[in-house]
Amino acid sequence: MIETRDLSVTIHGHTVLRDVDLKLAPGKITGLVGESGSGKSMTALAIMGLLPRGSKTGGQVLLDGQNLLDLPERQMCRIRGSRIGMIFQEPMTALNPLMNIGDQVAEVLRIHQNMPREQALLRARDRLDRVGLRAPRFPLTLYPHELSGGQRQRVAIALAIAEAPDLLIADEPTTALDVTTQAQILDLLRDLVASEGMSLLLITHDLAVVAGIADHVAVMKAGEIVEEGETEALFRGQTHPYTRDLFAASRHVPARVAAAPDDTPILSVRNAVREYLLPRLSAFAPHPVLRAVDGVSFDIQDGESVGLVGESGSGKSTLIRAVLGLDPLSEGEIRLDGTSVAAGLSMPPALRAKMQAVFQDPFGSFDPRWRVDRLVSEPFHLTGRPDDWRDRVAQALSDVGIEPSMSRRYIHEFSGGQRQRLAIARALIIRPRLIVLDEAVSALDVRVRAQVLDLLADLRRSHNIAYLFISHDLGVVRGVTDRVLVMEAGKIVEQGATAQVMDAPAHPTTQRLMQAMPEIPQEWSAA
Amino acid sequence: MRWTLIIGAALAGLAVLAAAVSFVWTPYDITQMAVANKLQPPSAAHWLGTDHFGRDILSMVMLGARTSIAVALVAVGIGIALGVPLGLIAAANKGGWLDEVIMRGNDLIFAFPSLVIAILITAAFGPSAINAIIAIGIFNIPVFARVTRAGALPVWTLDYIRAAQVAGKGRSRISVEHVLPNILNLLIVQGTIQFSLGILAEAGLSYVGLGAQPPTPSWGRMLAEAQTFVTLAPHVAIIPGLCIVATVLGLNLLGDGLRDALDPRLKVMRA
Repeated sequence: MIETRDLSVTIHGHTVLRDVDLKLAPGKITGLVGESGSGKSMTALAIMGLLPRGSKTGGQVLLDGQNLLDLPERQMCRIRGSRIGMIFQEPMTALNPLMNIGDQVAEVLRIHQNMPREQALLRARDRLDRVGLRAPRFPLTLYPHELSGGQRQRVAIALAIAEAPDLLIADEPTTALDVTTQAQILDLLRDLVASEGMSLLLITHDLAVVAGIADHVAVMKAGEIVEEGETEALFRGQTHPYTRDLFAASRHVPARVAAAPDDTPILSVRNAVREYLLPRLSAFAPHPVLRAVDGVSFDIQDGESVGLVGESGSGKSTLIRAVLGLDPLSEGEIRLDGTSVAAGLSMPPALRAKMQAVFQDPFGSFDPRWRVDRLVSEPFHLTGRPDDWRDRVAQALSDVGIEPSMSRRYIHEFSGGQRQRLAIARALIIRPRLIVLDEAVSALDVRVRAQVLDLLADLRRSHNIAYLFISHDLGVVRGVTDRVLVMEAGKIVEQGATAQVMDAPAHPTTQRLMQAMPEIPQEWSAA
Repeated sequence: MRWTLIIGAALAGLAVLAAAVSFVWTPYDITQMAVANKLQPPSAAHWLGTDHFGRDILSMVMLGARTSIAVALVAVGIGIALGVPLGLIAAANKGGWLDEVIMRGNDLIFAFPSLVIAILITAAFGPSAINAIIAIGIFNIPVFARVTRAGALPVWTLDYIRAAQVAGKGRSRISVEHVLPNILNLLIVQGTIQFSLGILAEAGLSYVGLGAQPPTPSWGRMLAEAQTFVTLAPHVAIIPGLCIVATVLGLNLLGDGLRDALDPRLKVMRA
């Protein structure tokens, strides 16, 4: 049993955690939810004794009645990895790329138990089998780059449970994974908790994930736990206004836009193929060819909102790059408003001006050295900057709910949600007919996401813009699109009206995606 | 640490100040020899003493700073003016034939031992400050090309570059508007380090008689000339030697300090 009592942390005098009480019972899963900056990860780091320099702690972290906060670093090293394990969000960087997976798992055992290498490797084999990476398909000699994201996360889990810890902390363990992989990893975690009797602290911003797996949920806001309780009870009724807000936002579906799509397609993709040459297998062999996009055809009508879903590696991103004219197609044709899209500089500005994009990462989407007015007006490069460009910037900013007086600020002065609004303002400013939204709300907290989705719906109503909405979050796609395309292995395997495809998926891929989608049970949200 | 920045700036600033003042004033006229006064130790009249021709060493050192700084500055300028555009072009065409041509050309220059080639150039075209500048400058080109390319590649993967492409901007325009300003820190730091290496190279070339020619004073040649009297009047050799050490050390500390001060990640850690 691990518990925190009145756990408080200040960093350079700034309070980041205040009186956090958590009881992490063996065999139980505790979900810790909250928005970014609410102190979820800080709680995990405080338990692990990995707080940044300059932090002061108060209260207690009790493991078998011993306060971990009092232990010297040498003893904490012995506890970390053996009594408390941790897995992180990004499986791509959590493993050492120069060490094979067997040695990485064995290393933990060799450090903590002084186990000889042979014996440690045997144990590592057992642990990797336990997380579903079985011999002979996954020999110990594999390197991380030979594994997919989901498989790497399994290795990270094997590492964390190698010593059968009392507590496993999982910090957003599935956020970087697609829905089907997410479902598998969550299954694995649930299974491990049940069979090994450890307790799991699952940190996530996704309430649907928590609903499906946690026994107990704690909601954090500004470094404090504002509400906690048994999962079902908490979902059925919240007492704290913030929790109520948060739960409402996660269920939020923007008002349907009564779109009047006419029959002229704004975007028309015909038999698109994009091939990549892979490295030769031997010196004189021909290059093997990867068909990332394999004969894709679809139309988007004027003013229509179309979703594009699929697992990672299904070819979504490649298709989008071709649609945006950033990469050429190998075969086939993409027409924008009747004119063929050619990649690169040969694309006439007037044509490019009909299409804009919003990208996923609110932090990487803006040049940190430019001011907002210059950033937002960048697409005027396509149309020539009108004399009233400052008014147009002000208009675009107020369209997305940003005070126009903020236009002389730099981007680091804005929050993630504001940045994504600015990205939309940038896309809107030249009044395109189509906006490609590439995972545009995936990085946002639920409440901010609800606002941005509402904004997108409003803009569609007022400006009659068509959307191509790429997302791995099927719930969001269901809320904002009229039609959905399901992609797998470079092909569109199913398409149709969103509600129809999602309620009665015909293709196995769609069925798999729908099944894997974490959902809050309908009856829980009745109240 | 802030200290490296302060000490570095102070040392480098002293050299620049000496050079700047020498344009309007030096304690003595160094074209006037006074052999009667030769090899005097430091005194109230000659703060740093006199050399074997009786010239005031403080005046010589001030004028020498001018030569060193001018040569190193122009050489770094050549490196930046040619190397940075080459690096930006290579990064914008990553994996293309242009990238290959530029980077393999870089490798070719890197493959030659720089000081030996500099000696070759000055030996072939005659020893002079101009030829020293060219010789040192050529070897700065691949350094800046590589640093620029390495800094530019990660910038090219960011979404704001994609946004600029969607706004119809071409590669060269994106390179100038977005990429260059975002790798400027890197170039400033590299520039400081190359500057110190330039001073060292100039001193080396002058020492073997291939740099600035008499009567233009130079720290390297002062060292070479003082060699014969080093037991008789050690200060004549020690002083120009100290000047070189102090300036190079100062510039290196300045480069390190700037790198720390300009790196936003380190700033977060300090906060």
